[in-house]
Order: sequence, then C-alpha cells, then structure tokens
Amino acid sequence: MLKTLLKPFARVFEFQAKTHYKMERHSMALTAGIILAAGVGGFVEIAPLFTIDDTVEDVADMRVYTPLEQAGRDIYIREGCYACHSQMIRTLRDEVERYGPYSLAVESKYDHPMLWGSKRTGPDLARVGDKYSDDWQVRHLINPRDLVPQSVMPQYAFLLEAPLRTDDLPGRLDALRMVGVPYTDDMIANAANDALGQAQPDGDRASGVLDRYGEATAVRVFDGQSGRLTEMDALVAYLQILGNLTDVAQNTQPMAEE
Amino acid sequence: MSVKDRDPLTGHQTTGHEWNGITELNTRVPRIVWFFIIVTHLWALIMWILLPTWPLVTTYTKGLLGFDQREVVKQDIVVANIARADWADRIATLPADDILKDPELMARVTGTAHQIFGDNCAGCHGTDAAGGPGFPSLIDTAWLWGGDTDTIMETLRVGINSNHPDTRFAQMSAFGRDGILPRDDIRLVVDYVQSLSGTAAPADRIATGGEIFANNCVACHGENGHGNTDLGAPNLTDAFWIYGGDDDAMFASIWGGRQGWMPAWEGRLSQTERKIITVYLQHLGQEALQ
Repeated sequence: MLKTLLKPFARVFEFQAKTHYKMERHSMALTAGIILAAGVGGFVEIAPLFTIDDTVEDVADMRVYTPLEQAGRDIYIREGCYACHSQMIRTLRDEVERYGPYSLAVESKYDHPMLWGSKRTGPDLARVGDKYSDDWQVRHLINPRDLVPQSVMPQYAFLLEAPLRTDDLPGRLDALRMVGVPYTDDMIANAANDALGQAQPDGDRASGVLDRYGEATAVRVFDGQSGRLTEMDALVAYLQILGNLTDVAQNTQPMAEE
Repeated sequence: MSVKDRDPLTGHQTTGHEWNGITELNTRVPRIVWFFIIVTHLWALIMWILLPTWPLVTTYTKGLLGFDQREVVKQDIVVANIARADWADRIATLPADDILKDPELMARVTGTAHQIFGDNCAGCHGTDAAGGPGFPSLIDTAWLWGGDTDTIMETLRVGINSNHPDTRFAQMSAFGRDGILPRDDIRLVVDYVQSLSGTAAPADRIATGGEIFANNCVACHGENGHGNTDLGAPNLTDAFWIYGGDDDAMFASIWGGRQGWMPAWEGRLSQTERKIITVYLQHLGQEALQ
C-alpha cells in the first residue's frame, strides 16, 4: 500500500535524491542548504511574533525601570541571581496559587535581557515586590539564614558596603534606548541624579524622580543607611518593583474568592 | 544517478566510493522510517486544524478546539475551588471557635495553612510561627493589635505600616536620635521597664525612670505599661520582646525608635485563605499553651 501511495511522488523523490547526492559532494552548497533549511524554521516561528497584535499586551500604565532599579537589575545579573531564581509565573494552577497571577509578556517588555529562566533553586521572584519589607530584604541579603534557617542562598553583605556607581548610568539607559526602551533625553541626562534621588526621600533630587517616572514610584532609603547610595539600595529597589511595573496582571486575573 | 555498481552479496547499490577494495553500500531508507515520517506529517496536519498554529500577519489560526492555556488554568482553579468548596465554605462562615472544635475541619486547616504560611509568612515569622529578632512570635499570648479572629483577619488584610490604603499604622518614636530624651534618661527608662517584668534594679533608678516613663511613654503604652492594642503598642510587663529585652536591645529601641512593617495580604491571599491562617495561628497558640 505504501508503494501505491508514494508512486505519484516518484519523480519528486528522484529529484530530491539527485540534488542531495550532488550537494553532499560540494561542502559550500551543503552549508548553504543547511543554513537555509534551519533559517526557514526560525523564520516561521519567530517572525510572526513581531507582527501578531496580541503577542505583547497593550498596557497604558507600564513604566520603564528607574535608573536605580535598572542599576539593581544589573547587579542582579552580575551576581548571577538568575541562576537560582526564575522570574516567570507559568500558566499552571500550582504556580498561580503559590505566586499569584501568571506573568504577562508586557511585564517583561523593558527587560533586556529577560530573566524568565526555568531553574528554581530558590523561589520565583516575578511578584516578590512589596511582599517583604526593605528591612527584611536587606537582612536577608546580608545573611539569609538569619531569617530563613534552612536557606542555601549565599550571603551578599558586601552590597551594603559597596558604593553604587552612578556615572555610567546615562550610558546604560542610552544603550537600552537603542534596543527599544522609551527613555527620554531628560531621563538619560538626569539618570545619575535620579538614582541618588530615589534613595533620598528628603533630598532635592527626589521630586525629579516622581516627575519622570510617576507618582507611584517608591522613593525611600532602601538599605537603611540614609546619606549613602550603595549597591544594596539599588538591588532592593529592583526587588521591590518586581511585579509592580504595571497592575495589568492583577486587574485581568482577579483572585478567585472561594 | 551515475552510480550503478551493485554489491554482489546483498544486491544493493554502492555509493561508488572505494577504500582499498572496500566499497560503501547505498541502502534505501528503511520502510519503518518512511512510515513514521508519513504518520508524523499526517499528525501535524490534523493538529494544524485543531490547535492554534499558523500565523496570519496580525493574528493566527485559533484551531477548532479553541485551546488556550490561560483558559485551562482558569478552569483548573475553578474546578479546584469547587472541589474544596464543602469545607472551605464552612471555614469561611463558621466562627473560629467552632472550627477549632471540629477535628475534621482542623485537619483541613492545618494541612492547607502549612503551605500558605510556609510560602508567605514563614520568611519573617519562621516556619514554626515563633518569630525572631524584629518579627513577633504568633504563638505566644501577646498580640500587638489583639488576638481575636476579626482583629487578626484585619491585620492580615491591611498589614502594618504597609502600602494598603487602610493600613494599620504604628510608630515608636526615636526618643534618643530625635533628641527627646538624653542618653542617661533612656538608661533609667530601661531599668524601669525591666522592673515591670520583674528584673531587679536599684530602687531610686526605677523611681526616676518611672517618672520619665509617665511623662513620655504612657500615651501609647499605658500608665502601667500594659500597652494598647488599638495603637499596636506592646505590653511591656510581660516576658515577650520583639526586639529583645536586654539592656542594649531596649536602649536601641528607645533611642532609634521602631517601625515594624507587615505587608497587606488582601491582594495576595483570598479571604478564606486569610481565615485559614487566622484559625491556624489560634490553633498553634493553644498548642503552645499546653
């Protein structure tokens, strides 16, 4: 039966076999052929995501990271936090019940690179923002076992001593703008000041942060030491904004009241 | 194809390559491989029709089954809620005392609360709910805001000094740092407060400390230091200390003030889940007393 089925295609097979035979003998033609074949697969899977309307939800209240939060994000990447913590709640019942509303694409819209991950030695952090106090985060980063005796997380006490470098922040924001994050000229020019201002609620620079990034932006002393801007400030500011850049997930997935 | 040589033994064609008299067979693709290639292609064709597959510029084919993982998880949660509705509804509506007396419901409460508490509360209060430096124990008899069911439920809902609009608000002033009391006076108050819970100190120091206490602390902690659950002011006469009851810890509390922070759980835990936690804590408290 197979033979009868395939018979009409005999000439196609013949052609394929002949071409294949020739190509195998010409290494450059073979290389080009492989690239072309693999490219088709990539193209039909990836390219439509840029044109399909509902790949990334359209949300008005989504904001960019402030310079301090972005600096914290860079520290998060530098210290390899992503190796143990994912930042994506999947559309599975157990994840939604444990961590909250599943993650939406728009929530990672300004993440370059994204830190979704799938390795969870520690818990998922996509909605950890505002779940614990700044004080808790600082103490936990200094020595996780002070608060969670069974924790295997390393200590990051040095962050409290390390002054945050701010002079390169305009450059970092500018680089992000090149890949599509809508930072304005004003934001880039004031990046270093805004980083200082977000951790100094009483200072003159704080109002500029609220003007540029919205009234809901958390402006406070994150690391418990006023007057010093440390890497701890930046990292805690970043952890506290996780899941809070937009309310769309909480609004579209209301909690089931049993 | 130009290669026509056949291997005399098997009758198959050879590739025409030869290494010192050894030639390479050019055997056909086995039938079983063709079979699976065809089956998988047919399977793909069927799936194209049933599931979301083909991109159409700004949209995509939705498939006949209308499959959507977001709907699946929504349904899963609805089904799970129905499955536990019989006992969850009873927990939500019954008074805490009745639940505590019902062994069947309590098995549900402790089983469920252990997970919820572990994922959300244990980070600060510890897996045994006994607290730690800076975080109150939830199994002792001392409750900052009151330990009855409604009060615990409200504390869970709005948090303390949180960003919830109805949050409970409590602040212990920084008497030393803000220049309200000099260092020596704070030491006297420490002696006096320790004497309330039975620690001995020279009588004259206690007397002076008591005067300073009466002038500065009674508004929140009460004349006898019994605290005030309306303000979240702790009882200073018992043996329970959140930030420590030794000289240095108490000096630090009075000098620099305290402002504990508890998140609001309204957005993260449902009302039934908060009730389960409340009953669970009351249960742990009763166990700790025995």
